[in-house]
Amino acid sequence: MEHENIKYFLELFLSGLTKGSIYALIALGYTMVYGIIEIINFAHGEIYMIGAFTALIVSSVLTMFGFPMIAILILATGTAIIYSSAYGYTIEKIAYKPLRQAPRLSPLISAIGMSIFLQNYVLLAQTENFMKFNSLIPEFEWLKPYKEIIGTEELIIIIISAIVMIALTLIVKYTRLGKAMRATAQDRMMARLVGVSVNKIISFTFIIGSALAAIGGVLIASYIGQINYYIGFIAGLKAFTAAVLGGIGSIPGAVLGGLVLGWTESFGTGYISSDYEDVFAFSLLVLILIFRPEGILGRSTSQKV
Amino acid sequence: MKPILDVKNLTKDFGGLRAIDSLDIKIFRGEIVALIGPNGAGKTTFFNCITGIYKPTNGEVAITHPKRDTEIINDLVPNVVVNPLFRFLPESVLKSLKKYFPQLLFRSLKPNEITERGMARTFQNIRLFKNMTVLENVMIGRHCRTNAGIPGAVIRGPGTRKEEKEVIEECYRLLKKTGLDHLSDELAKNLPYGDQRRLEIARALATEPFLLLLDEPAAGMNPQETKDLVDLIYKIRDEDQISILLIEHDMKLVMELSERIYVVDYGKGIATGTPEEIRDNPVVIKAYLGEDIEDA
Amino acid sequence: MLTFEEIKKSFLVSLWFIFLTFPIMVIRVNSNENTIDWRWENIAIVGIASFVLSFFWRDFFRRKKLGQKKLSKDKQKSSALIELLNSKKEIKYGLLGAIITFAIAYPFVLGPYQTNIMISALIFVVLGLGLNIVVGLAGLLDLGYVAFYAVGAYTYAILNTQSGIIGHGLLQLSLYLNDLFGTTFFEIIAQPWSFWIVLPLAMLIAGICGLILGFPVLRLRGDYLAIVTLGFGEIIRLVLENWNELSNGPSGIAKIAKPNFGVSLNSIESIPFIYFLMIFLVLFTIFVVNRLQISRIGRAWMALREDEIACQAMGIDTTKTKLTAFAMGASWAGMCGVMIAVKTSFINPASFTFMESAIILSIVVLGGMGSVIGVIIGALILSLLPEYLRAFDDYRMLVFGATMVIMMIFRPQGIISNVRSTYKIIRKQKI
Repeated sequence: MEHENIKYFLELFLSGLTKGSIYALIALGYTMVYGIIEIINFAHGEIYMIGAFTALIVSSVLTMFGFPMIAILILATGTAIIYSSAYGYTIEKIAYKPLRQAPRLSPLISAIGMSIFLQNYVLLAQTENFMKFNSLIPEFEWLKPYKEIIGTEELIIIIISAIVMIALTLIVKYTRLGKAMRATAQDRMMARLVGVSVNKIISFTFIIGSALAAIGGVLIASYIGQINYYIGFIAGLKAFTAAVLGGIGSIPGAVLGGLVLGWTESFGTGYISSDYEDVFAFSLLVLILIFRPEGILGRSTSQKV
Repeated sequence: MKPILDVKNLTKDFGGLRAIDSLDIKIFRGEIVALIGPNGAGKTTFFNCITGIYKPTNGEVAITHPKRDTEIINDLVPNVVVNPLFRFLPESVLKSLKKYFPQLLFRSLKPNEITERGMARTFQNIRLFKNMTVLENVMIGRHCRTNAGIPGAVIRGPGTRKEEKEVIEECYRLLKKTGLDHLSDELAKNLPYGDQRRLEIARALATEPFLLLLDEPAAGMNPQETKDLVDLIYKIRDEDQISILLIEHDMKLVMELSERIYVVDYGKGIATGTPEEIRDNPVVIKAYLGEDIEDA
Repeated sequence: MLTFEEIKKSFLVSLWFIFLTFPIMVIRVNSNENTIDWRWENIAIVGIASFVLSFFWRDFFRRKKLGQKKLSKDKQKSSALIELLNSKKEIKYGLLGAIITFAIAYPFVLGPYQTNIMISALIFVVLGLGLNIVVGLAGLLDLGYVAFYAVGAYTYAILNTQSGIIGHGLLQLSLYLNDLFGTTFFEIIAQPWSFWIVLPLAMLIAGICGLILGFPVLRLRGDYLAIVTLGFGEIIRLVLENWNELSNGPSGIAKIAKPNFGVSLNSIESIPFIYFLMIFLVLFTIFVVNRLQISRIGRAWMALREDEIACQAMGIDTTKTKLTAFAMGASWAGMCGVMIAVKTSFINPASFTFMESAIILSIVVLGGMGSVIGVIIGALILSLLPEYLRAFDDYRMLVFGATMVIMMIFRPQGIISNVRSTYKIIRKQKI
C-alpha cells in the first residue's frame, strides 16, 4: 500500500514535470516578448498550435512518401520551427509594430483579434475535428521496465526542454544578440542611441519565442496524440499563467512557473478531481495575480510618475 | 503656530539608491515655499512621497488642516487608517498590537485620501485627462467634494441637479481665475503647453486644498506666461489662503515668488532660508555650479 | 502611384504570404483517415489577395504620416456624421421617426423568424452597451464579460425550472418555513419564479458577482486585468460544465418558461412581446448610459481611463470607481442573460465561451469605445450580418478577429468616435 502511494506520487510528479516543461517552453515566448515590448502576445498560443499543425502536415506527407521515422521527426520539427517563427515574425509586423506608440489597450485588443483570426484560419483551412497525431518519438527499449512511471516521450520532453532552456539562457547571457536584447528590454530609447537596432531585436525575440513554442507544440502533440485548432488557446492561457507565476519578464521565472503549474495541475487532478484540471490552472493564475502580481521571481516595479 | 506640513526625517530608497536622505521640511500657513536643487536631486520623489504615491522608507509626513488636528499621512509604519476588518477593536488594543503586526492592522493613506484631506498637486510631466474637455478636467477635481452616486446620476433628481450646477459654476469660476474660461469646451489635449500647465493648477484648486504642490509649473513657458503664472500664484495665496510649495528650475521665478527656499542635492537638504540667504550660500552655489551653470 | 518599386514590394509580400500559408492553406491532411488533399488553387488566392492588400496597407501608412505632418487640422472630422445630424433638425427627427416606425412595424411585417433574429441582435446591443461602460468609459479590459451573462441566464433558468440543488434547497426551505410559521411559503419560493421578479434579481446577483470578482483583481494593471477576467470567465464556464448538481452540466437546462405578459401565449405568439420588451430594455440602457456619461461617476470613469495616477491624485478613489464600473457592466450582462434564457428556452455552458466575450468586445471596438451610437451600430452589424449573409457565417469569427486588429491599427476610435459632452449652463453665463 505504502509502495503504491509512492509510485502514484512519483507518477504524478513526473507527469507534472512533463507538462510543466511544455508550459515553460511556451511561457518563455510570453516572457521574452513581454520583457522587450511589454505586450502580452495573446497570439502566442496560436503560434504553438500552428507549429503542431505544420508538424502534422509535414509528417503526414512524408509518411506517405515513405520516409524513415527519424527523418520525419527531424524534418517535421524543423519545418514547424521555421513556420512558427515566420508566423511570429509576421504577426509582430502586422499587429504590433504599428501600435508601438498607441495606448496600452490597443495592442492587447489587436493581439486578441490576431489570436481569434489565426484560430479560425486554421479551422477553415484545415478542420474543426481533432486530428490524430502519430507519435514521432521512438520507444526506448531500456525504459520498458519503468514504463508505468515514465515513458519515452515524457523523458524526451523533459530532456529536450531542459536543453533548449539552457541554450536560451546561454544565448541571452553571453551572446552579442542576447546582450542587445537585455539592453532593449531595459531601456528601448537608450538601446537605440547606443546603436542597437531595436526593430531587429524585437523581430528576433518573436522568432526565438515562436521557435520555442513550435518545439513545445510538436512535443505535446506527439505526447497527447491529437490536435485541433483550439489547443493553442488553453495552452497559451496556461503558459501565460506560468509566465506570470514565475514573474513575467524573467526567463528562470518562466521555467519555474511552468513547473509549478505543471505540478499543481498534476497533483490537483491526481488527488482532488480530474474534472477541474483547467480550473486549478486558472485559479492559480487568479490567486498569484491577486497576492503577488510580480510573480515568484519577479521584482515589483512601481510606475513612473 | 503649528506647521501645516511637517516632514520629519523622510528617506526613500529605490533598491540600493537613496533618492531622499532624511529630509526635514516645514511649511506654515500662508507661505510660498520653493524646493530647488539640481536635476535628479529627488524633488519629484519628495512630492510623490508626501502625496502618497510612494511609500517612504523611513520618516514621517504630517499635515495640519487649518480647521482640524494634525494628522500623520505617510509613515514608515503606517498608523492612520486601520484596516476595516479590525476597526471594531479598541484603540489601546490596536496600539499594543501595532508593534507586532503593523502591515496587517494598518495601511497608509492612499493618494486620493491625502487629496481629500487638503493637499493637491500638479505634475511635472503634465497629466491631464487628454480626451476630456477643459471644464470636465476641472470638474474631476470636484469629485471628492461632491457625492452623487449611480442612483442620483440615473434619476437626476433636484439634489443631483443642484450639485451638478454648483460644480459647473465653481469650476467655471476657477477657469476664469486661471484665464482658461474661453477654452472650457476644448479638449485638454488641444491646449497649448502653457494653458495645459494652468489647467493642471485649476484642476488641483478644484479639490479645495489648503496646500498646493506645484511641480515645475513654469517649465516650457515663455516669459509672458511665466509672469502671468507669478500673478496667478499670488492670487491663489492671497484670495484663497492656500499655501504653496513649488519645485522650480527657473531661478528668477523662485527668487521673486518664494518666501523661503529649501535646497536639496543628492536627496539631502543642504540649505534653507530666504531667497537672499540662499543666493549667497556657498554650499548652494557649489551644488549648482558643479552641475548646471545656467540655472544658477 | 504604381511605380516599379511598389510593385516589387507587393510582389515580395505576396511571395512571403504564399510561403507562409503554404502548408496550412494548400495541404489538408486528415490523419484519422490517412488522406491528403492538395489545394493548389489556394496559392493563387493568397498571392493575389496579399498583393492587392499590401498596396492598401502601405498607402494607409503613407497617408497617416502625411496627416501627422499636416497637423490635426480637421480634428472634428471624425464626428462629421453626428455634426450633420445635430445641425439639421429635420434630418435628425426624420431619421429618428423612420427608426421608430421601423422598430414598431418590424415584428408585424417580417414575422416571428426575423423577429427572433432581431431579438438576438438587440441582446447584443445591450451587451455591447454594458461592456462599453467597463471598456469604453472606464478603460478596464474585461475579457470575462460572458461570465456575468452566464450568471444571469442560469439565475433565471434555475429559479424558473427549480432544478438542481438550488431548486431542491428552495423546496426544503419552504418546508422548513412551513414548520416554523405554519403558513406555506411553497407558493412563493418553491414554484417557478416569475420572469418579472428574476429580471431585477439577476441584475443584482450579476452585479454582486461583479463586485466579488472585481474586488481582488481591480488593483491589477490593464493587461493583467484582462487575463484574470478571462481566467474567471473560463472558471465559471468550467464550473457550470462540471457541477452537475447545480447546473445540470453540459446538457444544460431546458424548458425555461417565457414571461407571462398578462395573457397566456404559446412560444410563437410571445415573440413580438419579447421583442418589444427587448426594445424597451435597449431604450432603458441607452437612457441610463447617457445619464451616467454626464454624471459625476461617469466623469470619474473617464478620468480613470485617461490617467489612473492623475485620477487618484485628484481625489478619486480608484478602487471604488473601478468597482462601480465593473458591477454596472456585470448587471447589464446579467439582464441580457435572463433575456437569452427567455428567448431560447434552453441554455447550456457551450453558449458562454470566451468567443462570446470576444464577439461582444469586437462590437465595442468596432462601434467605437465610449460611443453609444457607435456600439449600437456595431452590434447590429456584427450580429445581423452573419444571419443574412449565410456564406459569411463560416467566416464570422475570422472576420471578427481581423476587425479587431484592423480597427486598432486604422481607426482605434471606432466607426463613430465618442463626442464629448459640453455643459450648457456655461453658454448662458458667457452672455
